[in-house]
Amino acid sequence: MSTAAVLRRPKTGTSSDIAIDCNVNKIFYGNFLAVRDSAVPIEKGKITGFIGPSGCGKSTVLRSLNRMNDLIPGFRLEGKVDFLGQDIYAKGIDPVVVRRYIGMVFQQPNPFSMSIFDNVAFGLRLNRFKGDVEEKVEHALRRAALWDEVKDKLKASGLSLSGGQQQRLCIARAVATEPTVLLMDEPCSALDPIATRRIEELMLELKKDYTIALVTHNMQQARRVADVTAFFSVDISKGGRTGFLVEIGDTNNIFDAPETELTKQYIRGEFS
Amino acid sequence: MSVQFVVPGSKSVSRPPSVAAYLVDRTFFFIAALGALIIIALVAYILWEIGGQALPAIRTSGAKFLINTGWDAQRGNFGILPQIWGTLYSSLLALAIGGFIGITIAIFLTQDFLPPRIAVIFRTLIEMLAAIPSVVFGLWGIFVVIPFVRPGANWLFEHAGFIPFFGSSLSGPGLLPAVIVLSIMILPTVAAISQDAIGLVPYKIKEAAYGMGATRWEAILKVIVPTASGGIFSALVLGFGRALGETMALAMLIGNSNQISLSLFSPANTLAALLASNFPEAAQPERQALMYAALVLLAITLVVNVFGTLILIWTSQKVAKA
Ligand SMILES: Nc1ncnc2c1ncn2[C@@H]1O[C@H](COP(=O)(O)OP(=O)(O)OP(=O)(O)O)[C@@H](O)[C@H]1O
Ligand SMILES: [Mg+2]
Repeated sequence: MSTAAVLRRPKTGTSSDIAIDCNVNKIFYGNFLAVRDSAVPIEKGKITGFIGPSGCGKSTVLRSLNRMNDLIPGFRLEGKVDFLGQDIYAKGIDPVVVRRYIGMVFQQPNPFSMSIFDNVAFGLRLNRFKGDVEEKVEHALRRAALWDEVKDKLKASGLSLSGGQQQRLCIARAVATEPTVLLMDEPCSALDPIATRRIEELMLELKKDYTIALVTHNMQQARRVADVTAFFSVDISKGGRTGFLVEIGDTNNIFDAPETELTKQYIRGEFS
Repeated sequence: MSVQFVVPGSKSVSRPPSVAAYLVDRTFFFIAALGALIIIALVAYILWEIGGQALPAIRTSGAKFLINTGWDAQRGNFGILPQIWGTLYSSLLALAIGGFIGITIAIFLTQDFLPPRIAVIFRTLIEMLAAIPSVVFGLWGIFVVIPFVRPGANWLFEHAGFIPFFGSSLSGPGLLPAVIVLSIMILPTVAAISQDAIGLVPYKIKEAAYGMGATRWEAILKVIVPTASGGIFSALVLGFGRALGETMALAMLIGNSNQISLSLFSPANTLAALLASNFPEAAQPERQALMYAALVLLAITLVVNVFGTLILIWTSQKVAKA
């Protein structure tokens, strides 16, 4: 398909260190303006963290990066989201293709009710991968730091794992096809501190090969893993509750020398 | 009286459930247990009663009853192999057709193919099919289905009669019209229960499938339907049970002829149809034989349901196993 080819090869002349150039003017759910004016460049080979109070539109922006929001009736985006130089909201672009190149890990672990092996092999089969599936599955499970725990029961159901293991399984499933970008929406929110640290280590490991965008409620986590941090907030002035990007920059700058008063207050924990 | 954990002077409003609440609890338990017992007793009683009436026939013909092919009330010669064959053959065919269509409808009505309002109308229409009396289906079969399929069936017999399924002509009632009507009759059961099963698949699982870049059909066939497979399987077992026991429409449509044939166009017979058409005028030895046949039908239905349940438990255990 022609769109696939376009996505694989970046147009010459685009800024080479940006994987997804997200320029949101407005995002609506029906009549509700959920997010406005947010330009979030996702840089290649880095982890971009999204932080901000609940309801400020972090998930909304993240999910519009691979057109997951198209599943929601009434969703509408004004603006441009360029992935390797191609606007993914342009006419004729199939969201299915976009999602094959931009993988996603959700807040709740959501393995399929099939074996551990089949869960990881799912994307490979979907993409008609002709090579050594077993090798790819093992590689993905090793990367997700799950291999040692499941290597003797690959035929067991993915649902038989613990919550933390399930989440790592979902990460393995997402990375098995080696997507270009990985979107993670609060991937650790259902996990204990130890599992959380393992997944953070994993993100730092994955960063070598992938570009990651990470939504997190945990500011320590953003500090530990994100190279770049985007701070969103909500604007309740015009009656609605519209989210917008307040500030984006190197994580250290955002946390140690924020430019706006709003960011300062949020980081000091004065509101959440 | 139960314990209370009271700290003197505390303002806690916590207190144990009231005596009445415990009483209601107990009462509900008894009512539920009683209901279960009544059902078990009823099934046992029916088995006992039919078994008792069938006993003379069981004594005289024994297991031969199951493999004999004639039904001769004058000579007292009874066998139900053609009826067993007809029951299973027609039910399996109806399950294949009605099951396939029912599951397809369930997918169409649950996966946002139709605007919600139209989906509701469709759903209601299909549920209304379940309320149509069996006799009406039978009449519809005689006056609409048979004339409709006859030309095609006879064309197939003439041009492809060497294929066993088309090995005879359709002169009126026969297996094919019976199977068509039976498929439609089990369709609402299969569709309704499959819809519920598919509706129970969590949204996050669908999201995961689409998030991997699955197309709509890939998500449905590779993730959503397999996730709902337990419930869909139950739907098929129930539909099959309905087909096995369906009486009136089949007695009107299947031709009531005791032969064993693969041909879709030849008349056949089923256990339920045999009972319905012979019982009213049956005298003594035949009556006992009919009771024996009823017992066999009951046994088949029971075996199907038990097997269905076992397979369901077995597969869900496989899923839950660590
Ligand atoms: N499917 C939806 N339909 C309608 N409105 C929605 C939908 N999803 C989110 N919203 C609204 O959009 C706004 C932003 O929601 P979003 O989920 O993006 O926030 P968030 O920053 O991820 O919050 P949290 O930190 O609590 O996850 C909220 O006001 C929310 O009510
Ligand atoms: Mg969120």
